[in-house]
Amino acid sequence: MLAYIIRRVAQSVLVLLVVGLVAFAMFRFVGDPVDAMLGQERTQADIARLTAELGLDQPFPVQSWRFLEQAVQGNFGLSYRQGRPVADILVERLPATLELAFVSGLMALAGGIALGIFTAIRRRGVSANVIMTVSLIGVSLPTFLIGILLIYLFSVELGWLPSFGRGEVTRVGWWSTGFLTESGLKALILPAITLGLYQMTLIMRLVRTEMLEVLRMDYIRFARARGIREKSINFRHALKNTLVPVITITGLQLGSIIAFAIITETVFQWPGVGLLFINAIQFVDIPVMAAYLMLISVMFVGINLIVDMLYFAIDPRLRVDRTAGGH
Amino acid sequence: MAETRIETPAAPRPSRLRRAWDSDFVWSFRHSPVAVVSFVVVMLMMLGALFAPLIAPHDPFNPATLNLMNGFTPPGQANQFTGEFFLLGTDDQGRDVFSTILYGMQISLFVGLSAVLLAMVIGVALGLMAGYLGGWTETIIMRVADVQLTFPAILVAMLIFGIAKGITPPEHRDAMAIWVLILAIGLSDWVQFARVVRGATLVEKNKEYVQAARLIGRRPFSIMLRHILPNVLNPVLVIATISLALAIIAEATLSFLGVGAPPTKPSLGTLIRIGQEFMFSGEWWILFFPAATLLALALSINLLGDWLRDALNPRLR
Repeated sequence: MLAYIIRRVAQSVLVLLVVGLVAFAMFRFVGDPVDAMLGQERTQADIARLTAELGLDQPFPVQSWRFLEQAVQGNFGLSYRQGRPVADILVERLPATLELAFVSGLMALAGGIALGIFTAIRRRGVSANVIMTVSLIGVSLPTFLIGILLIYLFSVELGWLPSFGRGEVTRVGWWSTGFLTESGLKALILPAITLGLYQMTLIMRLVRTEMLEVLRMDYIRFARARGIREKSINFRHALKNTLVPVITITGLQLGSIIAFAIITETVFQWPGVGLLFINAIQFVDIPVMAAYLMLISVMFVGINLIVDMLYFAIDPRLRVDRTAGGH
Repeated sequence: MAETRIETPAAPRPSRLRRAWDSDFVWSFRHSPVAVVSFVVVMLMMLGALFAPLIAPHDPFNPATLNLMNGFTPPGQANQFTGEFFLLGTDDQGRDVFSTILYGMQISLFVGLSAVLLAMVIGVALGLMAGYLGGWTETIIMRVADVQLTFPAILVAMLIFGIAKGITPPEHRDAMAIWVLILAIGLSDWVQFARVVRGATLVEKNKEYVQAARLIGRRPFSIMLRHILPNVLNPVLVIATISLALAIIAEATLSFLGVGAPPTKPSLGTLIRIGQEFMFSGEWWILFFPAATLLALALSINLLGDWLRDALNPRLR
């Protein structure tokens, strides 16, 4: 168990190092940082000074090490476009993305599990089949189209909800939250649905498949033969075993929620890190791109690590297998 | 391989076409209305895209044929100034929406198909190598695949697009955008192919025909290409179909976000991006028709992939 954890952590650190090197290579070789930072009026002396200041005259290993060192301390340099420290911009933008991801993740999980159980139990029912068909359309419907559709319906036609922005935000320390004002909550609804819907259909289909698989197993058949009530079989015996793989996949989905937030944030002009990233690509603002890459990798690798540990803790079979000599 | 055929004079062998028509595969296709309908939709769209210059009533990218007076003509009505008629209306520049969709589909399908082809070639090659050669080759390939799988494909595609955009000089960016897009989506999508092909190769490589081929001294690469590859193609075909839908959506998403096809060569995603601006002022058709086309295309390909997966799955026969 301990050996497995150590190996997993070492792997994660290695992945982060590789990502860090990629980020540095982007910063160093994509475009010319000195050129991008100095602008039109520059002298040869300026160029030499900035090159020395950025340490770009050092050998490559020294440069990349220094980049990683600074990145770990949260220093990603200045944004080419805004001229401010990238770290400051990220900190400013992060709460918006995290709040959005949190709400839609919660929605996707609750809705997905509930609908998945329903469609598995009422497999031949009309409503379950309707839900399955709609979910197939949901999977085919790109996130941005869902967003546009919702804006058209609830903002343009009905005029109930705002079509862009975060509404009014309150500051709690450095964190700006939209949870405390009415306009903030209203502004959150459409983006959260847009972002959560795809994940919800995925979780729903997964829960349904797993549940159907489990319901076919012998112990369920015996439980039924023993005369245990259907409700108790479904929720006590079947659901428990269904949720093991669901937890892993959902954990991994959490990462993609943060990534797909890029799309949702662009559709709704939501001032989060995703919108920042898209703007950075459009304007080739490399430090912001590199920093976003690092930030999101730390999140992803962290989530993966936690999910792996969780899986390990939940499924006792894994523990036996591993200690018996691995696979 | 010599084939001995036992001739039965009483019943003549059915023609090749007849046999294909009666095969399990075609039978299951004929008896699945969903598959037939989605196949027809996909084919119509592909033909429409292929022959766009012949079908399109206007050339939307030739400024000489455009008339600004035609701007914002609603669909199915004659323009109030010029009296010209447009099936699906026109956009703000007076471009015929139907024509722009045909040309947009051309770009979307071209990018989608090329990206899947790229992903397939990379993924199948690496998967075969990982599965057949094993050892360090396998460890390295699958580790890279694992790491890439940690990140959603669309994010990887965005990053590759951003990096490639930074490398290309600004004056070539628009011209290169399509190729960069193909590269970005293709490179972000090879992992699925590699994993499935590796799994199938691991099963195949212990079978007798592979051992026999090895015994008679065929080289590893020829065994991989001539013997194993044909036998692992079924799952590859299924993944390719589903990947095509994903690639088309990915392309549309990137273009919609403004990091894909340039406005001079709009794909369906770019058209939706343009159309979105007019949603608030009531010109719904500029947005609606490209979006509906994209949805129909992606949904049909997905349904076709679903059917294909079931039809090629021996367990379900």
